Amino acid sequence: MRLSSKATTLLILAAVIAIAPVFFPSSYYFRVGSLIFVNGLAVTGLVILIGYAGQISLGHAGFAGIGAYACALAPVHLGLHPALAAVLGAALSAAIAFLVGRPILRLKGYYLAVASLGFGILVSMVLSNEAQLTGGPDGMAVPELGLRAVLKAIGIDLSNTEFWYAFSGLVLVIGAWLALNLYHSPTGRALRALHGSEVAARTVGVDVAHYKLVAFVLSAVYASVSGSLLALQNKFITPDVAGFMHSIEMVTMAVLGGAGSMLGAILGAAILTTLPQVLTVFQEYEQLMLGLVMMLVMIFMREGLLPSIARRIRGRAE
Amino acid sequence: MPELLQFLLSGITVGAVYALVALGFTIIYNASDVVNFAQGEFVMLGGMITFFAHAAGLPLPLAALIAIIATAGIGVALNKLAIEPARGAPVVSLIIITIGASIFIRGATQLVFDKQIHRFPAFSGDQPILIGGATILPQSLWVIAGALAIFFCLWLFFTRTLIGRAVLATANNRIAAQLVGINTNYVMTLSFAMSAAIGALAGVLVTPITLTSYDVGLALALKGFAAAMLGGMGNPKGALVGGLLLGILEAMTAGYISSQYKDAAAFVVILAVLFAMPQGLFGRKSTDRV
Repeated sequence: MRLSSKATTLLILAAVIAIAPVFFPSSYYFRVGSLIFVNGLAVTGLVILIGYAGQISLGHAGFAGIGAYACALAPVHLGLHPALAAVLGAALSAAIAFLVGRPILRLKGYYLAVASLGFGILVSMVLSNEAQLTGGPDGMAVPELGLRAVLKAIGIDLSNTEFWYAFSGLVLVIGAWLALNLYHSPTGRALRALHGSEVAARTVGVDVAHYKLVAFVLSAVYASVSGSLLALQNKFITPDVAGFMHSIEMVTMAVLGGAGSMLGAILGAAILTTLPQVLTVFQEYEQLMLGLVMMLVMIFMREGLLPSIARRIRGRAE
Repeated sequence: MPELLQFLLSGITVGAVYALVALGFTIIYNASDVVNFAQGEFVMLGGMITFFAHAAGLPLPLAALIAIIATAGIGVALNKLAIEPARGAPVVSLIIITIGASIFIRGATQLVFDKQIHRFPAFSGDQPILIGGATILPQSLWVIAGALAIFFCLWLFFTRTLIGRAVLATANNRIAAQLVGINTNYVMTLSFAMSAAIGALAGVLVTPITLTSYDVGLALALKGFAAAMLGGMGNPKGALVGGLLLGILEAMTAGYISSQYKDAAAFVVILAVLFAMPQGLFGRKSTDRV
């Protein structure tokens, strides 16, 4: 029996998430792991946008910010349960992505990059300036999700870090599963077609503007949920989550590992999330190393780490 | 009215800096089709290197000269080590490479120098000059005059010299330029050197007013980019007008609406311009060849 590439990807992902804890010497590793999954989720969304549809966004942290602050604000002001607040954030992100995406996605290349960048910066500016609502640059507290207490009541007792490791890992697998399904659906084919050539796609009847918007809205929802998870996990949030550097990190994660490959992109998220943790000893060198890694990978492995390495291994086997 | 004039004057000063950053973008974009997100770091380097050379005992003009030459060297290195090896890479990769370069330069500056905020003395004192009820710092006049002088020199360079025309030819069509014997690699190197030197000069001129530290580059790059886009990517005249407009708009926003949202002005403008006229004020309408 031969497994489809979709099943293989999901199996590898799930297996790594399930088996890795065996090797964790301390709870700190669960924490890093769950951060990787949260970032991996946002990056999975960018795989749809960058890898499938070939569009770029330097403003997706804006959506992460919307998701994060929805979880902080909606429970306090609307009395919503944090989980519902995350759904509300995702819906809001989708609506905003729909409105902003329509004019923005007419643009190409650098123009698209800058328009999306402008959008992201405006969101982070609102979050840090409307201090009476958002607490400004100092950030604000986020209520407890409460799922862990429910699990405890039915006999599954997890520590806080273990719970978040398992929960965000689960959300990541579901997110990756949905994205992989999309890849093989008619919509996915349309996206890949317009990635290859917009004119050719239009010629065979693909509504290019519509499908670009679909990819943009979906990736915004992924970013929003990722922001919500981060906020709920940290129980605290600052406007940095929506900042320009966070947008750049997300795109870099996706492209570093290989935006054309789901596992590659998640690997990119893992590398860039772990790098600062490893480099805390050399904190002063963190920026230097990050910049260097970004340049070297893009110059020498244009498709990203995983696809480039896979190609090299395949080349040797033949 | 003095209020309006005051905002206008400070807007023009800041705008002149944005115009210089936008000009740096334009030169590199024309020569290589790359938008160099590290452009703001050149401004930062200009200010930082001048400060440390001056603090080491060198006279200010010499320190400034060293800063400009060193930054030009860094610009050339950026081209040789990061941009040329990646020729033909997709836009996303190029964006990440130049942002990576910008983060790298920031990290290196923080290691080589420090994380403090620095300032060196203004060129001709700090005594404000009164104009019609508004005041302007002598250093602002230096900034504005410096920007105008650079634009004028570049105009002469591009229209009156052979090498300037070679740069323009390369910008128009790289292959055609190669066919008539233009060394396009040299043109690339020259463009990065010029662009970096102009950025550094902007840093030297403006540091006595705005101060500098290792992390000022990113904001400047984004504003300069906004200005270049406003004027129309790839057009030096557009860079000048876009920069001044953006500076004035920011000063007006800060003065009449909200100083907190001053920085938002730039991005609202970008979005508005891109929606209404994606080619910018002076850009050419482009059509894709299939």
